[in-house]
Amino acid sequence: MKWERVHKMYEELISNLELPEKIKEDMSKSFEIYKPTKSQAKKIIDRIVNTYKKMLYEPGEAIGVIAAQSISEPATQMTMRTYHVAGAAAKQVSLGLPRLIEIVDARREPTTPMMEIYMKKEFNTKEDAAKVAKKIKETKLKNIVLEDVIDLVNSEVELKIDINYLNNLDMNMESLKKTLKKYIKNYDITTEDTTVKITSKKETTIRELQKLKLKIFDISLRGIRGITQTIVTKKGNEWMIITLGSNIKKVLGIKELDPTRIYSNNISEVEKLFGIEAARNVIISESSKTLADQGLDVDPRHLILVGDTMTMDGTIKAIGRYGVSGEKRSVLARANFETTVKHLTDAAVEGEVDRLDSIIENVLINQVAPIGTAMCDLVFKPKTSKEK
Amino acid sequence: MKEFKVTDHILVPKHEVLSKEEKIELLKKLNISEKQLPKIFDSDPVVKEIGAKIGNVIKITRNSPVAGKSIYYRIVIKSE
Repeated sequence: MKWERVHKMYEELISNLELPEKIKEDMSKSFEIYKPTKSQAKKIIDRIVNTYKKMLYEPGEAIGVIAAQSISEPATQMTMRTYHVAGAAAKQVSLGLPRLIEIVDARREPTTPMMEIYMKKEFNTKEDAAKVAKKIKETKLKNIVLEDVIDLVNSEVELKIDINYLNNLDMNMESLKKTLKKYIKNYDITTEDTTVKITSKKETTIRELQKLKLKIFDISLRGIRGITQTIVTKKGNEWMIITLGSNIKKVLGIKELDPTRIYSNNISEVEKLFGIEAARNVIISESSKTLADQGLDVDPRHLILVGDTMTMDGTIKAIGRYGVSGEKRSVLARANFETTVKHLTDAAVEGEVDRLDSIIENVLINQVAPIGTAMCDLVFKPKTSKEK
Repeated sequence: MKEFKVTDHILVPKHEVLSKEEKIELLKKLNISEKQLPKIFDSDPVVKEIGAKIGNVIKITRNSPVAGKSIYYRIVIKSE
């Protein structure tokens, strides 16, 4: 009975504070453990609130510069290290600085797109996961061809098929023939035991046959376009599939998979399907993952700032000439970054005005820059004659 | 099978449309104009799903690794 009253007292003290949720939670957790009295609790809360306020950045602090330095200093260390990972794990992902640059430059396609897919609860078994993994992996015709011959005399292409592999895909020669027919016209297709013959109806050159061969090699028989490899693993209690290659839209339709937890490192794809906020989340998680993988400890707040800046205008903007820096209002600030002459001549042609109200241009012309305490201006409003 | 909703996805935080009064109050509280708010396109899948219109302010309740929960606002603009 008494304990409930104390508990309620804590709740009342904490709930009205203007603190982040997490600090409040931590506070009530440790209050449960140490059970301070009411006056003690009040003192503790005072201390916490004061410390929190001291830790906050003051208005006018140049947090962008701080974030930039906090990320790029460890990134410099990374440059020296990344190319020297001697023959370690064969995981084929772009890591380290190249990946970080990719994120910050807002590239359309990452060099190694990847997806993490979880199974639905009712399909959470190894067998189901393996089945789905097999289903979504893209198999092209060239994966199952053992031998290929171009017969110029009969103007035909002869392919020897790995029949076991084909049966593994739940296909047989008949269905293979059908699939091929969909893609190529003007050719006769005949199948024997384990060979497929594609004969041209009219005379052809060797060049055309070569072209035909390449075309049919690229036909995808099974799976989802772009997914080149699948790995089934277990994370905690759950089976999941890691894929090389990313195609969220297609994966969403598979009934065994949990659509709410599909994760992809392809930021622009996530933006298109799940919106700008999801893209921001991926930017932050990908960049912090990249840094953490290299054993670097960067405060998440800096990366959050980067994510917020990149997604401010409703679409993903790169940090650099074609994004954030190139869209600054001030001519001098833009000229200071890259392609100086271009910006200055363009500005001269258009008759642009620089109002000198931001930081870089003021540093450039040796004036006090409006950061920190210099951000304040004096405003004088003289009284009009009527008011006198 | 239940239709998949974008708002159910773990990467998508909670989006809410603010009413007109709430919007005016917010702009007054922050002492800014509409133009100064971060933006979100009307073609954004989440905006389409919650049915927000151009000019609406969307309140986004994010899960933050440092603050637990943080609130962000975006104004809906026409996509380019």
